Amino acid sequence: MKNKNASRRKFLKLGLAAGASALIGGGSVLSAISKVNKPAGGDKVKMLSPEGKLMEVDRGHALCCGVPTSKEVRKGIPGRHFVMVIDLSKCRNARKCVSACSKMHFLQPGQEYIKVFLMQDSEDTSPYWFPKPCFHCDAPACVNVCPVGATFKREDGVVLIDNERCIGCKFCMAACPYSSRVFNWKKPGLKPEANYSPESSVPQKIGTVGKCDFCPDSFVSGILPDCVTACPNGVYYFGDKNEDVVTNGVEALRFSELVKNKSAYRYMEELGTRPSVYYLPPVDRSFPYERGFEELPEEMKKAYKVKRAHLKKFKI
Amino acid sequence: MSQQEIAQQKLVEIFAHFGKPSKFSKGLFIFLILIVLFAFYALILQMTRGQIVTGMRDYVIWGIYEVNFIFFIGISYAGAMISGILHLLHVEWRKPIIRIAEMITVISVLIGPLYVLLSMGRMDRFLHIFEYGRIQSPIVWDVIAITTYLTCSILFLYLALIRDYALLRDNQELKISSFRKKIYRKLAVTYHELPLQKKLLNRGLSVMSAIIIPLAVLVHSVLAWIFGMTIRPGWHSTIFAPYFVIAAVFSGTAVLIIAMWIFRKYYHLEEYITEKHFKYIGLILLVLAGLYGYFTFSEYLTVWYGSETWELEVIYKLFDFSDYGAWFYLAAFAGVLIPMLFTGIPFFRNINTITIGAVIAVVCMWIKRYLIIVPTLETPLLPNQDYRPEYVHYHASWVEWSLTAGGVALFFLFFMIFIRFMPIIPVADISEVPENKEFISEKL
Ligand code: SF4
Ligand code: SF4
Repeated sequence: MKNKNASRRKFLKLGLAAGASALIGGGSVLSAISKVNKPAGGDKVKMLSPEGKLMEVDRGHALCCGVPTSKEVRKGIPGRHFVMVIDLSKCRNARKCVSACSKMHFLQPGQEYIKVFLMQDSEDTSPYWFPKPCFHCDAPACVNVCPVGATFKREDGVVLIDNERCIGCKFCMAACPYSSRVFNWKKPGLKPEANYSPESSVPQKIGTVGKCDFCPDSFVSGILPDCVTACPNGVYYFGDKNEDVVTNGVEALRFSELVKNKSAYRYMEELGTRPSVYYLPPVDRSFPYERGFEELPEEMKKAYKVKRAHLKKFKI
Repeated sequence: MSQQEIAQQKLVEIFAHFGKPSKFSKGLFIFLILIVLFAFYALILQMTRGQIVTGMRDYVIWGIYEVNFIFFIGISYAGAMISGILHLLHVEWRKPIIRIAEMITVISVLIGPLYVLLSMGRMDRFLHIFEYGRIQSPIVWDVIAITTYLTCSILFLYLALIRDYALLRDNQELKISSFRKKIYRKLAVTYHELPLQKKLLNRGLSVMSAIIIPLAVLVHSVLAWIFGMTIRPGWHSTIFAPYFVIAAVFSGTAVLIIAMWIFRKYYHLEEYITEKHFKYIGLILLVLAGLYGYFTFSEYLTVWYGSETWELEVIYKLFDFSDYGAWFYLAAFAGVLIPMLFTGIPFFRNINTITIGAVIAVVCMWIKRYLIIVPTLETPLLPNQDYRPEYVHYHASWVEWSLTAGGVALFFLFFMIFIRFMPIIPVADISEVPENKEFISEKL
């Protein structure tokens, strides 16, 4: 344990050095890690400003920073390539990522930017939980098909939607093979006082599309995406591929080594979408998958079961 | 009698039926208006409350609006393909039915795209397509293709009408209001049946019919590519474009037959639209049904035999009676075989059975398009584990149904308005001495 901690610190240092050199446009991944003390349900959060000052701000994306110009938003943070690594062996469907994300983005009830699926690759293998945000693909099918360029890929790898331009044709939803997008079928219930920016996706706009945005607005001020900090099991690692660091808020790891050592894979790579989200296989699990049902309401449990019955029927 | 005089006489005869709207058509008109008004109410509801009032949800993002869109664009093939091809080939018997076909084209291309607007979350931002349009997107291809297609089919219809407008303008016997006379005068431009004018007009028509055929093929191919370009089972197919084109000609021809039947019956055009027309068009329908069946078979056979799991999931939904099975067999078998039976076997073949076959074909084609869109969307790559039933299965809401009914009503309404201003039979054309007499009288 001691050793592990030591090695972590080493990573931290490593990352800091790398981070310092890449400190353009917002804090580095490692300055984000300083926000280890998770808010205990409070609405305030401690964060480290890019200048290194500790401050306390309100949670919620609507309340952060000034709104960047549309050109800046479309360009992204230069020199970065944001990635996420999701460790399937630690997920027990706690759904804290889902609720934190929904809260921070002021989503309508029932809307989820992150969905947690119950997967079973074949009849003989064990089921496992599969949290899935938008993959921020490097060859995004959604961006290709958008008739008005409302959904776009930035230099830093993030795929965003400009809800002020989106015409609601939903072609991107048809094109995305991973069902990552949700539609605002009705007027958003919560209307936070905020100037809209594609970086925050807040406030939502009726008749347009939404999805996980990798929280670039938080990142500019050095905060990790909410799903990362909300997860009690440290499933999500967020970071920068160029900087070669990812962190789950507790530990910071070398991205390249993590994906190599743990045989990370990208879901359905064969579709050619080149996701920015990597999965660590569900081996040596921290929890039996049944744990995931414990806190679920009855109707959700049923929905998960239906699919497995379905799988049997088709002898997959 | 000179040719001109014959034409004038025929014009008077035909127009006699259209002069004063009967009680029935007045009632029908009001009825249709009511349906359209109700659809308008539904539209306002959708615009104010959002698409939550439809049955569409995050997985099934397109519903019967898209079905109707494909359906109407498909119907438009009546004019584009049938009348275009018959025109190019100088098929003499086409003349009495060509106008009906072209009207179907123009009207359905006017109505079809409305459904794209309806399925858009933000109709109010439609102009963004022109402001920010990206040529990489198949939707932009579609917008370009359809606007060109609409322009060309209106031009095609209008060019063919000029001679008739000239006749109407010069006619002394018909009692038409001076207002209408004025319109006819404007529309007839300065056409006076001069040899040069006639030659140019004919050339124009030939050019238009040559343009409209590839254009129609393109429009439906682009439409098919909207689906074909996505990585989804049941859509991501290389034969999708030709499949859609054949399906479109098939349904367009069927609608033409139905329209012929209605006009013949209610406007007493038995003299012009004869059983022979039904038989000839019926034969075209027969060939198309065969082709369409072949495409269907080939599409599903390869997918089923290949048995890729994601594809199979959709296929089984279609084959399974507890899912879409009944609809699928109806659309894929009854919708093809019954029309073939009625058009192909002389024993069954008469005006009424051919029309019944056409009705079955049209209805089944609508269902088939539903089966192309909805089951695929209900089968995402990652399992749909939503606990809300409406997010798992799509059921069109009353809003969508009333807007569908509104579109159909609008189709008939447009027709009723069109025939008041355009001779439904191309008078000038049919009073010409046939270029190829024996072809007309040939026994089938
Ligand atoms: S996961 Fe879907 S929505 Fe996200 S970038 Fe890829 S294609 Fe686009
Ligand atoms: S729904 Fe919006 S973001 Fe998606 S393709 Fe259409 S315009 Fe683009």
